[in-house]
Amino acid sequence: MTADKARIAKQFIETIPHSRELGMRITEIGDGLAVIAMPYDARLIGDPETGVIHGGAVSALMDTCGGAAVMSHPRSPAGTATIDLRIDYMRPATPGQTIVARATCYHITRSVAFVRAQAFDDDTDRPVASATGAFTVEGG
Amino acid sequence: MARERPEPVQVVKQRRDAALNALVSGVPYMTYLGVSFDRRGDELTALLPFDDKLIGNPFLPAIHGGVTAAFLEITAMITLSWSYLWPEIESGKLDPDTLTAGSLPRLPKTIDFTVDYLRSGLPRDAYARARVTRSGRRYASVHAQAWQDNRDRPIAQATAHFLMPRED
Repeated sequence: MTADKARIAKQFIETIPHSRELGMRITEIGDGLAVIAMPYDARLIGDPETGVIHGGAVSALMDTCGGAAVMSHPRSPAGTATIDLRIDYMRPATPGQTIVARATCYHITRSVAFVRAQAFDDDTDRPVASATGAFTVEGG
Repeated sequence: MARERPEPVQVVKQRRDAALNALVSGVPYMTYLGVSFDRRGDELTALLPFDDKLIGNPFLPAIHGGVTAAFLEITAMITLSWSYLWPEIESGKLDPDTLTAGSLPRLPKTIDFTVDYLRSGLPRDAYARARVTRSGRRYASVHAQAWQDNRDRPIAQATAHFLMPRED
């Protein structure tokens, strides 16, 4: 049952045009946890001098990953939408490296799901960004 | 007492538009999303023309929340840069020719960014404006709002804190 849910969530995320555009790939999903990788891409550069990815692209990754975590939660009936999302940018991501976001849906009610997420580049000890968000629980 | 003759309007407009264009076109991610800015005096309005690649929910369809967030972050960052560069643009200290040649002024860095989603983004063009609530020597706080067909029905709003570029 849970494996099925994970498969549906994975399928759904992978049909999102904008996520596909950014090359996002789900590497792990299930039980309220989602891990999504976004490869380095010159189109996403925010600072041309250093080649660092724009914070906005990291926001898109965090948002997608948070939504995926909610959808994969055993108590989430179906779809979800973001209510709010706060992102802290701790350091610039190293140019050329894939950014990996890891989101956990740590609490869910009939109407709201709460999510925490972190994003890393190759240095997995020091997060690039962290996020917290609230998502709607739909179709219950 | 003879007053200095004001500059011809075309010269002023050209300098302002060149500075704004340099600020926006130098960032690949803004070009990729298709964001542009409309200027009236010192007031900026950001434009995000709808495109299929911006879709986040193919069934509704709706614009990706991440795109809306990015759009607001860009609007906040450019509006903040524009407001602190404005005196230098006006005085001519900042030369648009050197800007177009690629020597961009340093942009502020985002410290944190909070976005509230108020309505789902329809498959239409979106607009956004930002207000610099506080701008200090080191930190700035900026509020931004995005809407589509109705100015009074915002699709999202955001608050961002920025670390100002060092003056050297």
